[in-house]
Amino acid sequence: MRRVYLDNNATTPVLPEVFEAMRPYFGEHFGNASSIHHHGQEARAAVENARESVAGLLGCHTSEIVFTSGGTEADNLAVAGLVAAGDHVITSSVEHHAVLHACKHLEEIGCEVTVLPVDGRGLVDPADVRRALRANTQLISVMMANNETGVLQPVEEIGKIAAEAGVKFHTDAVQAAGKAALDVNRIGCHALSISGHKMHAPQGVGALFVKKGTRLQPLFRGGGHERSRRAGTENVPGIVALGKAAQLAKEWLDRGDDQKMAALRDRLEQGILAHVEEAGVNGAGLNGDKAPRVPNTTNIYFNHIEGESLVIAADLKGLAVSGGAACSSGATEPSHVLTAMGLPADRGRSSIRFSLGKQTTAEDIDFALAIVLETVARLRELSPLYRKAALSS
Amino acid sequence: MPNTDTIAVAMSGGVDSSTVAAMLRAEGHNVIGLTMQLWNQRRLAGREGMPESVQGRCCSLDDVYDARRVAQQIGIPYYVVNHEERFERDVVRPFVEEYLSGRTPIPCSLCNNHLKFDQLLVVAQQIGAERVATGHYARVAYDESRRRWLLKRPADLSKDQTYFLFGLTQEQLSRTMFPLGDMTKPQVRELARQHGLALAEKPDSQEICFVPGGDYKRFIDAYLAEQGESLPDTAGELVTTGGEVIGEHAGIHNFTVGQRKGLGVATGSPLYVIQISGANKQVVVGGDEHLYSRTLRAKRVNPISVADLGEPMRVAVKIRHRHEPAAAMIERVGEDEILVTFDQPQRAITPGQAAVFYDGEIVVGGGWIA
Repeated sequence: MRRVYLDNNATTPVLPEVFEAMRPYFGEHFGNASSIHHHGQEARAAVENARESVAGLLGCHTSEIVFTSGGTEADNLAVAGLVAAGDHVITSSVEHHAVLHACKHLEEIGCEVTVLPVDGRGLVDPADVRRALRANTQLISVMMANNETGVLQPVEEIGKIAAEAGVKFHTDAVQAAGKAALDVNRIGCHALSISGHKMHAPQGVGALFVKKGTRLQPLFRGGGHERSRRAGTENVPGIVALGKAAQLAKEWLDRGDDQKMAALRDRLEQGILAHVEEAGVNGAGLNGDKAPRVPNTTNIYFNHIEGESLVIAADLKGLAVSGGAACSSGATEPSHVLTAMGLPADRGRSSIRFSLGKQTTAEDIDFALAIVLETVARLRELSPLYRKAALSS
Repeated sequence: MPNTDTIAVAMSGGVDSSTVAAMLRAEGHNVIGLTMQLWNQRRLAGREGMPESVQGRCCSLDDVYDARRVAQQIGIPYYVVNHEERFERDVVRPFVEEYLSGRTPIPCSLCNNHLKFDQLLVVAQQIGAERVATGHYARVAYDESRRRWLLKRPADLSKDQTYFLFGLTQEQLSRTMFPLGDMTKPQVRELARQHGLALAEKPDSQEICFVPGGDYKRFIDAYLAEQGESLPDTAGELVTTGGEVIGEHAGIHNFTVGQRKGLGVATGSPLYVIQISGANKQVVVGGDEHLYSRTLRAKRVNPISVADLGEPMRVAVKIRHRHEPAAAMIERVGEDEILVTFDQPQRAITPGQAAVFYDGEIVVGGGWIA
């Protein structure tokens, strides 16, 4: 069966060039980057080359990159590592659970946390950030791009507010890195998280940018790896892969390929909206003024449809998409992001996220579009709600 | 002829439904495994009276793990579908309210009526499966002469689950398969072994799936506390069948008809709960002889083998899961009310339970004991 994968915000396939780059580090270049001998030196060189690539993507100095096991660790390291008991933290209601639950833990250890609301498009109002500042505010953590809607937050404005207030600013850029141009100096952040497997490197590697001079409390006790900011032997193949993926992402962005991806996404979005009534984009305002988004994501609601059934029916036909959030059993839970945007529960249940990757082609989009249109039509035929609504209109 | 139809199997992670999936797959059907996520066991974990960690069986991660492993092993697509909201609304809430009204509910029947054979059939249809198969021990067949779908008792009467299935409509039955209906439990386990299923020896689940350890009183306390609701005061008097007040009780939900322990009074002869009156919060107690009754009234009746139960009919009636059907006459006495008159008085007829009518192996229909 032909299969098309439009769930790249969950994870992305490792690009062939990335896989080729990392492969020698499982075998012939197997060293521990801390060892002083030849093998160690090879591994160390590979890690530092990768660090340069990642620093190049983020616009920072190599010494400001801390490699981690992934986005969740990077978020936890930033949130827990930049504050202490008694501090106040400002975050938003649409953050990934890696940030939200890390902040919840901060509350348990004696911090105060303000969770800012978002508007109907999913945007944080920078004025709210300013108003939430207190004398003991130590950290603002607001994501760059949302994983479910792709909506880009006004991080540069928030960065300015943080700078004026002398407060640290962390942004979770896991869903932005490699998709949108990104420069830590323009954002004005003190910390920024990225994840390898959201940008065509493998699962199990990520990085945290930590601005020079920023004191960071490590999560782990152990060796002095990563300038004593992250103990544990480096995941050399993973780091090499992240470096290669960062280099490819930068070239991709420099070529303007993000515009091509946005065009493919728009082709899907417009194809759906042109053929399906009572459907729309989550993250678009009432008058259709869409919030800025990363080029690969669209989150669409289909009234009177159970999103869970659409995801399963599409999967059985070869199209992988997602709706809501996967809970520990694998069932779909209502999305906290759409709820925070003020969308009613049934809108949340009828919403589907489509997320493209660098491997996605125009043919993939047309294949996906055909499956979506066919499945939505069938589900609506079976939907008593839809029949009732159609009869009464 | 090859089987080309698509069947959704409701997989609980137990041996029965796993074997059904393996059987149908081996027969060549397109099989899709579905597990319903109905209740989050962690919700009440750690609350007063509830275990710290998840002990209950319902939708536990272990069971989902088992179901998923079976699906992977036999090579079928498998999905977990979330029906927590409906389950809470249609099963958990009524369960709590029934107890607080002095009745003894059967959540499994509610779950079958509102979730397994309603929501799951809807999902199955939506994802392209014509029918749903489950691991229930029962049989379903179309009867040409009656032009009705029939629900029948299974070959293994010791596992008969028709009592919990009396609410199925003709539409639901027409799209349902019970592939284990002709098999005994040992045969099912043997078949599971033949298919190489690691869970062939997994013990059967017994208790109400969302009530850890079977302690429904603690569950009600913890659930209401979680909801921010206080337990309604249903304390009242303990009276004898003669009307004499002999003590007090802490709440009617602590009792069920026929209960002997925990009455809090000491008398010479054994006392049983005879009746629970939700209206005046009285619990009536008396000797064993007072537990017997020849009649009951069943409401919210669902006819299965007949289009309606208008004519008086001789049947056998089962009044609880572990009850041998007893000969009785049924007749309609109201819009949606059936009077059951047993040949012999029956012990501990319990409001909230179901009365299911049998004609031999055929389920005629059933209703809820008022």
